[in-house]
Amino acid sequence: MSGAAGGVASVGRVQLKLRKTLKGHLAKIYAMHWSADSRQMVSASQDGKLLVWDCFTGNKLVAVPLKSAWVMSVAFAPSGNLVASGGLDNICTVYNIKAASPKTLRELDAHTGYLSCCRFLSDSEIITASDKLKRPQTIMFTNHIGDCMSLALSPDMNTFISGACDSLAKLWDVRDGACKQTFSGHTSDINAIAFFPSGNAVITGSDDCSCKMYDLRSDQEVIGYQDTSLNAGVTSLALSSSGRLIFAGYDDFNCHIWDSLKGEKVGVLSGHDNRVSCTGVPDDGMGVCTGSWDSFLKLWN
Amino acid sequence: MSNNSAANSSLVIAQKAVKQLRLEASVRRIKVSQAAAELKTFCLQNAHKDPLLTGVPSSDNPFRPPKSCVLL
Repeated sequence: MSGAAGGVASVGRVQLKLRKTLKGHLAKIYAMHWSADSRQMVSASQDGKLLVWDCFTGNKLVAVPLKSAWVMSVAFAPSGNLVASGGLDNICTVYNIKAASPKTLRELDAHTGYLSCCRFLSDSEIITASDKLKRPQTIMFTNHIGDCMSLALSPDMNTFISGACDSLAKLWDVRDGACKQTFSGHTSDINAIAFFPSGNAVITGSDDCSCKMYDLRSDQEVIGYQDTSLNAGVTSLALSSSGRLIFAGYDDFNCHIWDSLKGEKVGVLSGHDNRVSCTGVPDDGMGVCTGSWDSFLKLWN
Repeated sequence: MSNNSAANSSLVIAQKAVKQLRLEASVRRIKVSQAAAELKTFCLQNAHKDPLLTGVPSSDNPFRPPKSCVLL
């Protein structure tokens, strides 16, 4: 990749300004997910609440009280009508947020381990990652050896990728549940994973303090993103809409920005007072949201 | 007897692992140089549409609407 990107002009220093700080949670924020409308966003905190925000105004639209405060993951359904969350209660709960007051629609409790990540395929189907990956109807994806920590759906929704504590990333077919490819290279737990917007590559972030890009069609790692000055694990990842910028949240309280083609650090988003636990870029690519254990969400562009 | 069944189940697990590895090894691959070139092309083609790369003018910035004076 460094060879291919040799001729590409550098992006230069990327400086994004903090536009909004969303205050409202009372404890560590563990997860956030943008809605498909690129305006609303849901965040989950261990204060036992999910908050749905209107990011244009900074207002809170809906507050969903959780039965269990130990939430680790949250997802917005593509329709915008539902959100799902789960965590140490081993249950994935789906809520209807368009009802007069948020109603629990379903509780998916056939997990034997904590729920680390969930993503909606549609209003009626959700993929959940716990110690095993699952689709509730028939398919259980049981190939990871360690806890699965993160998952990402491909842009065409036919495949998804999972990253686990066994330091492997695996590509799965959504319909038949088969594991198509496995990518190794990390030396510690993979905490974050995201698809490159073309759907042909995936980026992973790990406790080994590095990120890697794996190309799906050539079945190997094409570039690594690491820096000797960075000694903190990667907690979360998001890509800009062209795929050129990688926003990686680290345990060092910052979100570092990498040039995905050249493998260079091109910027940093600092401002959080504790670990950055989640990052997300909305579908329209207009900004980045970082959520942290300091209980704040920050919007940058 | 229990030794046998333990040996059998680890044999079964190993056989599954080999089957999965064979499946993954048979995946059709393209050359890395071609893959890298295509990723680079995708980035460059979409760069002008990427607001985080090109910058967001404050008049269009949904997260920071332009301040305006309102006469009451």
